[in-house]
Amino acid sequence: MNDDRCETALAELYSYLDRELTEELRVEVEGHLRLCSSCLEQFDFEMEIRRIVADRCRERCPEELRARVAAALRACAEESGR
Amino acid sequence: MADPATFADAAMPYMDALYGAAMRMTRNRADAEDLVQETYLRAYRGYGRFEEGTNLRAWLYRILTNTYINGYRARQRRPVESELDDVEDRYLYKRLGSLSAATAGTSAEDQLMDVLTEAEVKRAVDALPERFRLPVLLADVEGFSYKEIAEFTDVPIGTVMSRLHRGRKALQRSLWDFAVARGLVEPTEPVT
Repeated sequence: MNDDRCETALAELYSYLDRELTEELRVEVEGHLRLCSSCLEQFDFEMEIRRIVADRCRERCPEELRARVAAALRACAEESGR
Repeated sequence: MADPATFADAAMPYMDALYGAAMRMTRNRADAEDLVQETYLRAYRGYGRFEEGTNLRAWLYRILTNTYINGYRARQRRPVESELDDVEDRYLYKRLGSLSAATAGTSAEDQLMDVLTEAEVKRAVDALPERFRLPVLLADVEGFSYKEIAEFTDVPIGTVMSRLHRGRKALQRSLWDFAVARGLVEPTEPVT
């Protein structure tokens, strides 16, 4: 299970998730993941952690900020229109 | 050339996302609000230079990051940036992966991450020193490429990659520490 191919795949784990691998390496990693459930589990794990972190970091901007920015943009537009 | 009259319609839908990023950058609401407003005004004034049909979202994030680095960062009083301890790769998996085998059905990351609150995850991100926090935010939360992050932050791409790598490990350790502190998991040694 823990052979050279696993090592190669795990070394490329983050580059793979970041979609930064060359086409050739991506195909190689995906080929390995189809055969190795242990590596697949680790890739899924990292992807899931990332998804949850991104999800929990969402914010909703305060309505008064939205209104303030819209008003500031309108003021800019009027100024340049004059 | 992009028409300024269309700017608000095109750019306003990104405000929630930009505000979220601004909160992780400045770590306080008042500065985040000012940063977002300044970003929109700068983007509006520069909109004539924006090439229509290219990525407006990336362009707005570039202005946001730039405005933060050149203005807010200098203004915020912060302690000297600490170094990060060197943490092993796949820190959480090595501690949680073995649990998923023990508890059939639900995976360990689901169990842990379901109970970590939004506030805890935000605090873990916010605790990263800034030079690690920016790339982690831009890559993992916002989904930008190494090249885009290098351009936004004006840092060489190799440096972006190494900071991302170290920042992610440190983030995983923070999440683990929150879980241990809350008694959600037993402090354990990694399984390799």
